[in-house]
Amino acid sequence: MRVKRISIEEVVASDNKTVNLGLLDPVIAKYKNKKGNLIPVLQAAQNIFGFIPREVFIYISEQTGLNLNDMYGVATFYSQFRLKPVGKHIIKVCHGTACHVQNANVITDSLMEALRLNDGETTPDGLFTLETVACIGCCSLAPAMIIGKEVYGKLSGKIAVNVVKEIQLKEKK
Amino acid sequence: MEQIKVLVGMASCGIAAGASKVFEKIDSLKKLENLPFELIKTGCVGMCYREPLVEIIDESGSYLYGEINEAKAVEIFEKHIKNSEPIKEYVVKTNLFSTDDESYWKGQTKIALKNCGVIDPENIDDYENQKGYAAIKKILKENISQENVIQTILDSGLRGRGGGGFSTGMKWKFAYNNKSDKKYIICNADEGDPGAFMDRSVLESDPHAVLEGMSIAAFAIGASEGIIYCRAEYPLAIIRLNIALEQSRKKGYLGKNIFGKQGFDFDIHVKEGAGAFVCGEETALMASIEGERGMPRKRPPFPAASGLWKKPTNINNVETFANVPYIVLNGAASYNKYGTEKSKGTKVFALTGKIKRGGLVEVPMGITIHDIIFKLGGGIQNDKKFKAVQLGGPSGGCIPEYLADTLVDYDSVTATGAIMGSGGMVVMDETTCMVDMARFFLDFTQKESCGKCTFCRIGTKRMLEILIRITEGEGKEGDIEALEELSYQIKDNSLCGLGQTAPNPVLTTIKYFRNEYEAHIKDKKCPARNCKKLLTYTVIEEKCTGCTVCAKNCPVNCISGERKKLHVINQDTCIKCGVCFTKCKFEAIKLS
Ligand SMILES: Cc1cc2nc3c(=O)[nH]c(=O)nc-3n(C[C@H](O)[C@H](O)[C@H](O)COP(=O)(O)O)c2cc1C
Ligand code: FES
Repeated sequence: MRVKRISIEEVVASDNKTVNLGLLDPVIAKYKNKKGNLIPVLQAAQNIFGFIPREVFIYISEQTGLNLNDMYGVATFYSQFRLKPVGKHIIKVCHGTACHVQNANVITDSLMEALRLNDGETTPDGLFTLETVACIGCCSLAPAMIIGKEVYGKLSGKIAVNVVKEIQLKEKK
Repeated sequence: MEQIKVLVGMASCGIAAGASKVFEKIDSLKKLENLPFELIKTGCVGMCYREPLVEIIDESGSYLYGEINEAKAVEIFEKHIKNSEPIKEYVVKTNLFSTDDESYWKGQTKIALKNCGVIDPENIDDYENQKGYAAIKKILKENISQENVIQTILDSGLRGRGGGGFSTGMKWKFAYNNKSDKKYIICNADEGDPGAFMDRSVLESDPHAVLEGMSIAAFAIGASEGIIYCRAEYPLAIIRLNIALEQSRKKGYLGKNIFGKQGFDFDIHVKEGAGAFVCGEETALMASIEGERGMPRKRPPFPAASGLWKKPTNINNVETFANVPYIVLNGAASYNKYGTEKSKGTKVFALTGKIKRGGLVEVPMGITIHDIIFKLGGGIQNDKKFKAVQLGGPSGGCIPEYLADTLVDYDSVTATGAIMGSGGMVVMDETTCMVDMARFFLDFTQKESCGKCTFCRIGTKRMLEILIRITEGEGKEGDIEALEELSYQIKDNSLCGLGQTAPNPVLTTIKYFRNEYEAHIKDKKCPARNCKKLLTYTVIEEKCTGCTVCAKNCPVNCISGERKKLHVINQDTCIKCGVCFTKCKFEAIKLS
């Protein structure tokens, strides 16, 4: 179900050195006192920081008067919002109907094997996060995955792993 | 050469297949040789299985080339563009001679998709050259009344393409009749059904058609603000919509006194979804626009009476809006001449799964499912046996092969236990396990249930638990009956459409494939050989040559054996990935 109960420990504080709360000021100026602003504010904050650290929730709440409870309610409801840092490259393997029928499981399994992590986790070097999504709208290329802005279709486990390995190589250089 | 037009299909599916590289190649050659032909980025013509696609229109006619890579692009450039010699082998569609792919087009009638893959979606003039914005201009110029516009939509028989199938004209009428100082038009572009992508394609390929449809609706009901709620997974659609909005505002087609009509104020903005299937449901969608968690609420009041910010609101799907300009411009009769008694016009389907020709097809209502799959879609991949087709996604059901003559219309499809839905058509063959499909959909709805009402929240969870047990070989006598009982309870007692339809995938698979459930439960067998836990891989002694290929490829190193000697699979550590089975050249791996 979408509604989630989370404990305060699950809401990660950033390690402080990275969060420049001042970056939020233009966002706050744009949306403050506009009705229906809660989701766009959180989306903009996540665009800045990659996830929404605890300080950011608190800062936005202080600056806009938005209720902290409501903010957490929304942030945990929608799958787009992240309360934890993610890898530099997010690998989203599609598990929509068309991809499921074309064996998307094999893609996820192979990537889990190659990157030695579970679905939803991030590699220790912070390079990759592995996720599943339900349909990226390229069903005729099933099974498909998306990394950054690039969509990869007609995958096999091997092709998927090769794509990731290539990114790994580029990053090492 | 000036007359030659070269179009490259650049919707996100085309780009994923490599269309950007093809475009860049042609563009660089064009610049290098300084040639004057026109090079255009267009959207998706729906022939996804042949992507990337390049169309060349010259004095002799039009040639659509399929599966073009950079090398082929160079060849086409040299032969066709420079020397007017079309390369017949690569042509998949033309008006000059017949091709193997002809039957893909023959059964289609394009209304909602008529501009897709034909125009440049980022250029408003291209849209206007195809009679774009002529419908709304006609209304204003001929002073057609709001009532008459609504009457035309009523007469056309257009029904909502978002899944519900409610009469669009009726909805507009209700919203029109509710007097208010402020009304809203919402376009539902959340496209939640995983396996459907027609809305994405329309938004990426012909965004102005949706804007025009919304403007006509705004005129008809008297709305001044429009919102397109688009899922965040469609970044290109959002970019193209914003470009289209900008161009429309510049031309005075959006904003104040639009199209020069005093007092007709209407503007549209895009709202990005944040990832929750339930937000496709109209009341949840509006809660989400208001900045809350996307939880549905009880209806009535319907949005037409009290919708966004409690004002009268009309909400329609992308494809519904895309049909509107055509109907207004050509009259109701030009639309309702297609279809069956109660389902008029055309419907777009996303053909996917184990089908030879996957893509988007727009067909007149009343065609059979069999014709779509076999005539248009070319049949099943690798000529396997057709088993079932899934319609309506998580709210729909599986229609078995023996009912393939079902007509595509709202009532006939509903009679099978499936629903027409938004048009996702996922084709399954003998290797698809129907119990696993039911588990797949329940896993989806269970996760996406918003959590507000008990039957949906807990009922789907209990159903999923049973289905997981069955697919893992732990099924018990009475499980099928328990699933049925839970299904009826959830259907009857859930608040919104999500819960009310969530059991459909289970009920239809039990109805048509009960024997598969029984095989899992009683014999602990998966007839489709799909459910991992019920499979074992063993080496056939007589056939094994000891080539070591299986051992080398095994991801968990559970196969042992020396070169040229019999290999053995350790059943305790085998993860049943099937790699050995597919890699063995001697068919020495047995699957049972
Ligand atoms: C759980 C659920 C999900 C839905 N998802 C969508 C969707 O993704 N797109 C859509 O157009 N309609 C969706 N609908 C239907 C909408 O509630 C609504 O009926 C539709 O947007 C009305 O437009 P139409 O009359 O043009 O079809 C969904 C309904 C339910 C119950
Ligand atoms: S189901 Fe995977 S892209 Fe649509």
